[in-house]
Amino acid sequence: MEYFIQQLVNGITLGSIYGLIAIGYTMVYGIIGMINFAHGDIFMIGAFVALISFIIFGLTGVALPVILLLVLLIAMLFTACYGWTVEKLAYKPLRGSFRLAPLISALGMSIVLQNYVQVAQGARVKPMQPLISGGLEFFKNSEFIVTVSYLQIFIVILTIILMGIFTYLITKTDLGRAQRACEQDRTMTALLGINVDRTISITFIIGSSLASVAGMMFVLYYGVIDFYIGFLAGIKAFTAAVLGGIGSLPGAMLGGLLIGLIETFWAGYVSLEYKDVAAFSVLIVVLIFFPTGFLGKPDIEKV
Amino acid sequence: MEKKDIIQSFKDSLFTGLIALALFGPIVGLRTASKGEGLFITPQWGVVFLLVGLCILGRFLINLNSARKTEITFFSKFSSKFSAITEDKAKHFAITAILFAVVFPFLPFTDRYFMDVAIMILTYIMLGWGLNIVVGLAGLLDLGYVAFYAVGAYSYALIATTFGWSFWICLPLAGVFAAFFGILLGFPVLRLRGDYLAIVTLGFGEIIRIILINWYEVTNGPDGITGIPRPSFFGLPFKRSPDEGETSFHLFFNLEYSTMHRIIFLYYLILVLALITNYFTLKIRKLPVGRAWEALREDEIACKSLGVNPTNTKLTAFAIGAMFGGFAGSFFATRQAFISPESFTFIESAIIVAIVVLGGMGSQTGVVLASIFLIGITEMFRDLEQYRMIAFGGAMVLIMVFKPKGILANRKPTILMHGDKK
Repeated sequence: MEYFIQQLVNGITLGSIYGLIAIGYTMVYGIIGMINFAHGDIFMIGAFVALISFIIFGLTGVALPVILLLVLLIAMLFTACYGWTVEKLAYKPLRGSFRLAPLISALGMSIVLQNYVQVAQGARVKPMQPLISGGLEFFKNSEFIVTVSYLQIFIVILTIILMGIFTYLITKTDLGRAQRACEQDRTMTALLGINVDRTISITFIIGSSLASVAGMMFVLYYGVIDFYIGFLAGIKAFTAAVLGGIGSLPGAMLGGLLIGLIETFWAGYVSLEYKDVAAFSVLIVVLIFFPTGFLGKPDIEKV
Repeated sequence: MEKKDIIQSFKDSLFTGLIALALFGPIVGLRTASKGEGLFITPQWGVVFLLVGLCILGRFLINLNSARKTEITFFSKFSSKFSAITEDKAKHFAITAILFAVVFPFLPFTDRYFMDVAIMILTYIMLGWGLNIVVGLAGLLDLGYVAFYAVGAYSYALIATTFGWSFWICLPLAGVFAAFFGILLGFPVLRLRGDYLAIVTLGFGEIIRIILINWYEVTNGPDGITGIPRPSFFGLPFKRSPDEGETSFHLFFNLEYSTMHRIIFLYYLILVLALITNYFTLKIRKLPVGRAWEALREDEIACKSLGVNPTNTKLTAFAIGAMFGGFAGSFFATRQAFISPESFTFIESAIIVAIVVLGGMGSQTGVVLASIFLIGITEMFRDLEQYRMIAFGGAMVLIMVFKPKGILANRKPTILMHGDKK
C-alpha cells in the first residue's frame, strides 16, 4: 500500500510535466490541425535555457524562491521566442498547403533544433546539483516510508497554478475567445475581424512557454539533460494529448497524468526496461476502443 | 525604392536581429561545460554577434530586393519545367537512369567511396519505394517504417547466424516476417484516421526498438548481432582464400582478388531489389487492389459506398510495404555484417518519410531524386560531421516551404477512361 502511494506521488509529478507539454501539442493541433513535431525540442530548449540560468543565478547567491521565479520567467521568455520563430519560418508559409507538408517541415525543424543544440552545447549529458532538497515523510512506522519531496510539491503546485491561469486565459479573455473561434472556423473568424495569424502566433507562444516550464521542472526533477530529451518526452506528451482526446485542453492534462501514472506504475510493478513500451501499448489499446481519445469530440465526416 | 521603405526595412532587420539575439544568446552564447564538479559557463559572444549580424544582413537584403518572391517564382518555374520534362519523357528518363546505374561501377571515377554512397542511396531508394506504396498510394502516414526494416534485418541476421541458411533463403523469409509484423500492427490500428495512425506507427517503431534493446536472450541487446554471413555469388563466396573444397568468386572467374568484387556484387544486388520493388509497384497500381488503394487515398467514404473494404485494402498496402522494408532490412544486415538497435531509430523513419514526401507523394522518380538529394547533402557535409544533420533538416524545411508538394508533384491518375488521353 505504501509502495502504491509512493508510485502514485511519483506518477502525478511526472504526469504534470507531460501534461504541460501536451497542452502545446493539443493547442496547435486544435488551431491549425498539424502535429507540431518540433514541440518536444522546444521543451528541450526550455530545459537548456533553464539550466543555463540556474548556473548563472547559482553564482550570485540570491535566495532560492527568487531564483526559481527568475529562471521561470527567463525560460518562458526565451523559449517563447523559439516557438514564435519556428512557426514563422517553418509553418506559416505552409498554411493551406496539403496535410503532410507542415508535418515534414516540422520533422525537419525538429532535426535542426536537436542538432543545433548539440553543436552549440555539446553532446555530453549536463548534470546539475539538486537545488531543492528534503521532503515530507509519511507512514514512518511501516516498512516502506513514503517520501514526498518538496520538489514534487513545488512541481505539482506550479502546474496547478499555471493550469489555473491558462484556463482563465482560454475561457474568460478576448484572446482565449479568439483562439477558440479560430479552432472552430478560421475563415469565419478572419471575416469577423480577428487577426488569425496573430492568434496562431500567440498559440505557439503560449504552448512554448508551458513547454519551457516543463523543461525547467525536468531539469530540477531529473538533474541531467542532454540534447535528445525532447524526442521521447515529446512523443510521450503527444501520446498523452491523443489519449485525452486531441484538441481538448482538459484532455491534454488528463492524458498527461494518465501517461505519467501508467509509466511509473509499469516501472514500479512490471519492468523498468519496458516502461516506454507501456505508454505506447496503452495508447494503441485505448485508440481501438475510444478512437478519439477520452475527452475528444467524436468527429463526424460529412459528405 | 523610397526612403520610407528603406527605413521600414531597416527597422524590420533590427527587429530580426533582436529576435536572433534572443534565440542565439543563451543557447550559443553561454556554452555549458563540466569541469570537475558541476557545470561552468564559457561565454562565446563572438559567435553570437556573427550569427546575429548575419541574420540582420540577410533580412535586410531580403527586404531590399524582396528577393524571396523572385526566388520562389524562379524555383517553382524551374521545378515545374523539370517535372513537365520528366513527365513527358518519363520512359526515356527511367531507361537512361537505369543504364547509368548499371554501368556506374565501371566508370573511371568510381571508387570505393562512391560505391558505398551509391549503395546507401539505393537502399534508401528501395525503402522509399516500399514506403511509397503505403504513403504515396494508399495515403496512410506511417512514421514507424523503420520497424519493418529492423524486423527484416534482425530476422535475416538471426536465421542466418542460427541455421546458416544462404542469403537467398533468408531474404524471402525476412520479407515474410516483416509482412507478418505489418499485418500484426495494421489489424488493430488501420481503422484510425490519418494523424492517429501516424502517432501509433511511431509508437510501434519505438516499441520494436526498445524490445530489440532489452530482449538480451535473442537480440543480444544494445551490442547487436555480429558475424552475419556475407552473401555469396550463387554459392561462390567472396574470399581471398576459400575454405577446403570451395571455390571462391575470383578463382572461379580467374580474376585477381579484389575487395571491390563484393562491393560491386552488393551494388547490383540492391539495384535489382530496388528495381523489383519499382516494377512491382508499377504493376500493382494497374490491378484492382492498387486502384482501390489510390481510390481510398482520395475518398474513403466513396470507396466504402462502392463496396471496397477499407481495412482489408489498407492492410494489404501495409503488409506489402512492410515486406519490401523487410527485404531492404535483410540487405542492410548482409551488407554491414553487423546490426544493432542503434541503426533503427526514429530518425531513419523520418528520413524515409521525408524522401517520399519531398519526392512528391506517389511519384517513383521523385523518390529517386529526393534520395540522391538528401543523402547527397549529408555526404557533402560529411567532413563537418556535426553540421550535416542541421543541413539535412534545413533542406527538409526549405523544400517544403518552397515546394510543398514535393520535387515532382504530379499526381497523374494511373488509369484514364477511353478517349480521355489529354
